[in-house]
Amino acid sequence: MLQSLLSPDFFNAILRATTPILFAALASSVASKSGITNMALEGIMLFSALFGVIFSAMTGNFAAGLLLTMAAGGAIGLLLAFFVLNLKTDEILAAIAINLMATGGTVLLMLAVSGDRGSSTSIANVSAPKVVIPLIDQIPFVGQILSGQNLMTYLSILAVVVMHLFLYKTPLGLKIRAVGENKNAAESVGISSRKIQYIALMISGVLASMGGFFLSGGYMNMFTKDMSAGKGYIALAASAMGGDTPIGGFLVSLLFGAAQALANMMQLTDIPHELIQMVPYLTTLVGLGVYSYAGLKKRQKLAGK
Amino acid sequence: MTCLEKNIVLQMNHIMKIYSNGVVANEDVSIELEKGEIHALLGENGAGKSTLMKVLFGIESPDEGQILLNGQETSIRSPQDAISKGIGMVHQHFMLVPSLTVAENIILGVEPRKKGVFIDMEKAVSAAEEIAQKYNFDIDVRTKVEEIPVGIKQKVEILKALYRGADILILDEPTAVLTPQETDELFVQLEKLRDNGHTIIFISHKLDEIKKICNRATIMRSGRSMGTYEVKDISTEDMSRLMVGRDVVLTFEKEEAKPAGVILKVRDLSVRNAQGVLKVDNLSFDLQGGEILGIAGVEGNGQSELINSLTGLNKSYQGRIFVKETDIEKSSIKEIRDLSVAHIPEDRMTSGCAGNLNILENLFSNQYTDPEYSGKMLLKVKRIQARSVELIKEYLIKCRSFRQNVGMLSGGNIQKVIVAREFSTGPGLIIANQPTRGVDVGAAEFIRKRLLAFRDAGCAVLLVSADLNEVFSLSDRLAVMYKGKFSGVFTNVADVTEEELGQYMLGLKHQEEQEGVIYE
Amino acid sequence: MNNAKRFDLFRMFFSVLIALLISFVIIFLVSSEPVTAITTLITGPLKNKRSMGNVIEAMIPLIFTGTGVCIMFSANQINLATEGGFHLGGLVAAAVALKLGLPAGLSPVVAICLAALAGAVFCAIPAVMKIKTGSPELVSSLMINYLSLWLCTFIMMHFLQDPSVGSASYKLPAASELPTLVKGTNIHAGLLLALLVALFGYVFLFKTRTGYELRLTGENENFARYSGISIVKVILISQMVGGVIAGIGGSVELLSPIYTRFSWIALLGYGWDAIIICTLAKKNPLYTPLAALFLAYLRTGASIMARYTDVTLEIVQIIQGIIILLVVAEQFLSGMKHRMIAKEAKASLKEGEVA
Repeated sequence: MLQSLLSPDFFNAILRATTPILFAALASSVASKSGITNMALEGIMLFSALFGVIFSAMTGNFAAGLLLTMAAGGAIGLLLAFFVLNLKTDEILAAIAINLMATGGTVLLMLAVSGDRGSSTSIANVSAPKVVIPLIDQIPFVGQILSGQNLMTYLSILAVVVMHLFLYKTPLGLKIRAVGENKNAAESVGISSRKIQYIALMISGVLASMGGFFLSGGYMNMFTKDMSAGKGYIALAASAMGGDTPIGGFLVSLLFGAAQALANMMQLTDIPHELIQMVPYLTTLVGLGVYSYAGLKKRQKLAGK
Repeated sequence: MTCLEKNIVLQMNHIMKIYSNGVVANEDVSIELEKGEIHALLGENGAGKSTLMKVLFGIESPDEGQILLNGQETSIRSPQDAISKGIGMVHQHFMLVPSLTVAENIILGVEPRKKGVFIDMEKAVSAAEEIAQKYNFDIDVRTKVEEIPVGIKQKVEILKALYRGADILILDEPTAVLTPQETDELFVQLEKLRDNGHTIIFISHKLDEIKKICNRATIMRSGRSMGTYEVKDISTEDMSRLMVGRDVVLTFEKEEAKPAGVILKVRDLSVRNAQGVLKVDNLSFDLQGGEILGIAGVEGNGQSELINSLTGLNKSYQGRIFVKETDIEKSSIKEIRDLSVAHIPEDRMTSGCAGNLNILENLFSNQYTDPEYSGKMLLKVKRIQARSVELIKEYLIKCRSFRQNVGMLSGGNIQKVIVAREFSTGPGLIIANQPTRGVDVGAAEFIRKRLLAFRDAGCAVLLVSADLNEVFSLSDRLAVMYKGKFSGVFTNVADVTEEELGQYMLGLKHQEEQEGVIYE
Repeated sequence: MNNAKRFDLFRMFFSVLIALLISFVIIFLVSSEPVTAITTLITGPLKNKRSMGNVIEAMIPLIFTGTGVCIMFSANQINLATEGGFHLGGLVAAAVALKLGLPAGLSPVVAICLAALAGAVFCAIPAVMKIKTGSPELVSSLMINYLSLWLCTFIMMHFLQDPSVGSASYKLPAASELPTLVKGTNIHAGLLLALLVALFGYVFLFKTRTGYELRLTGENENFARYSGISIVKVILISQMVGGVIAGIGGSVELLSPIYTRFSWIALLGYGWDAIIICTLAKKNPLYTPLAALFLAYLRTGASIMARYTDVTLEIVQIIQGIIILLVVAEQFLSGMKHRMIAKEAKASLKEGEVA
């Protein structure tokens, strides 16, 4: 057990398990920075997991499939924005509605497209490829971890850098942070907070859809009913614990990814699998509690007692 | 130019605005501005000044009426639209992003770029410095906004508007949060802007300021325009009459205070805010029954922190607070209220009421556990209803019935609901924080008379107010709060002039020895 | 009833109508026999006594979780653990029925009481976490739902499992089953309990001291704290009462004639359904039976449709989603509402001038 915990395979698995959570955590952070909690991540991921399979099969090309899925994810983000911003729907209830529609809609759509019920077995599978990085793959141990990952995993790490630069170094990023921190201030200088939040939610939708795409086209090789299994919610917690920053979200996602990888590995032991299934959720719950408690103590200390 | 002789830059004609809760904020209001004037928009709180300006700045759309800019009819759909048409607004509550620097706040929305994608921060800083120098504003643009004082924040706001090329500048009660010295500095700058050809709308209800700086004044009362006047041709008495419709009673018939024993005792109280800043600094004082202790001071000098500690909303303080001999350190808010403490909160909408609940539900939040109104489990609905009817009548709350939601009432009536609730328990100590802020004159007078009546009946009253007239006319003792301490305490209010008070408020003066703070 | 309230009601019906229309469009897109499908969806439940019975049966769990969510949401506690609480309630009931061997009459009572207790403790977890650490109950409740699922599955598979069936418990003894009320259907005594709980929820929220505290806190927490209400107490009580009701709901469902074993190996979704019930009932438990009737009817219709045509049951979740979106959308049809209120205000302005 200990030996396998220290093997490069395990670290490799951590990165793999981190990928969907990381995409969704980035999605959550850009939405949160603009002042909106995007709980619809869960539904967007689920929709995108199915879209990914369908679009990739339709085009016969994972890249085209990915782009179409990202477009669809962005569109769901815009839909959420429309309800929250134009129709003033409560953002949590709007997200619950979208998640409900994802649960039902994916089953309905899968059946309509392929005739499959539980999982998309009859749709030809076109997944994102694994990438071997020359030179790095030669390095012992580290090479085995860093090279040979799914392309989406590399994209997710690239996305951390891109999102960091975007939020902190570009005009649009500045506007997103301004809108999230003081909407009225942004409005007062003519920034349309609605437009900025629309953009933020669209980006959020695109990022979440990449996580969803990876679920069915990398992490697994088909769509199965309810396959997001709360990863969107876990990502919500990861982003919050990372202070809604891309880099913070990345670190916490790694932690949760490790919990998932550990759970996957423990499947090989005698521990009942039902208990192992609890590990990622339990880790998130405990992590959330510890993080919130630390924040509470810090605020109390500042106030003098 | 269509109006050659007068050079009119802006006209708003017959504006009507009804909010979705049914409140008619503007009813047929017209105003016109000449180039290069400072034009006062004068009126009591709630007269509709802010609404009219929101319409002009594109925040609210009018239900009826037209706007002409340089003679051309135009519609202003958003603040962005207003800015592009050369209209800038400095809001009463600052519109700044605290975690960003002054420069970032100034360039927000019109950021200089480098490499096409990124913000050119160096250029931003130099541009901000340039505009600050051009108008003689002395500001370090690299500081974060959360670290600068209020007066400077307002300058940042003005710079923001100027940076965007504003010709017409709306200032919404700009002096409300400033010290007299900061106000003077602001006026010098406004005059400079006027001489440069900018047109300024100056919203205020302070007559002396309008006399001092404005060319013309449009006076509003309860959503209607009472006409536009040359300031030099109209007396402050006339302005006041047009504004409130009758002469304001600023002096109350007051009997000599009959102090009846210490009710509130504060010793060595220190309070830090959430950011860890010391807001109340080793404060000690006593308050007796039958007297009103007024606390004056520029907002943000520890008044809120003091009150939150006295009422149990803040439990992390050092020092000791006694209400009727009971140390309240371990007491809950409920237990403090049970010592017959009533509290009129500073901001009625954030903590004074629940707008979506009805009047009845808002009238009993502090006394529903009274055996009169509930058993161990169930509420005595009939009795509560009967009592609500009585209170509505007694406190002259204008409403359709107690089933009406509080959020649908006017500011003055909401305040009356709060006062009715707090006073109906027969309090022994009233802590009133800005009790008449933003309410109409009639309601304010009503509330002040009630406070005096309670004082005459032996109740102790702690009155915190930014309204100097109010503290002057009601207080038996007057303390000035500056940076968490009392910079001055006056046992005889008549001994101190308004000017002197201002110097204490600014910390220019400080009493070394204070008498009459503690009674022992 | 004033204009604003009448308008809200109108908007709700309009939203439901739009949701149904959209679902019809979807059915037209995916089905080869859309007309039959839609007709079955709408008239299916009225075809025979058994189908009508199914509607009433399906109402029961919805009333429970809907009432629980009404209470938690009234206090503005966005705890979504009714889902897990319901699941746990079912498991506890199964365990009591199988392991304690109590006589008929006593068995369901003990099972329901213990399930209520389990639900309370379970839904208290997000509350206690919020009080002690400041964690948002929304996220923690989502996490513990999955914990509930896997814990229940674990207990069932290791302590209650019937090896001859696989992933289900042993058959529940007849002594634990709730009696049927209407012959020829599965409508059971749980209906009475559900209606009682809805009534209790109404009285609790609107006629008791604690309920008043909950609603005050839900509308404006600062105001409640300032008034002397213990927010900690409100957080804990609202979520525990919600949990009690969810737990009872789960146990009643499992002990009903509909189930013969504990075989829930996935979350059933009643916690999410509760949100639409709460939305339609405008957070008033008194209206949850009506809202539940609507959803139950829709669901029964959809399951009949799924049985006889090529459209799946999941269409209901789409309809539900649209209804939530539109009913909660404050600005939906707001132009009409504003014109109505403005007209009223102008009219009263004129009255004022006359007077």
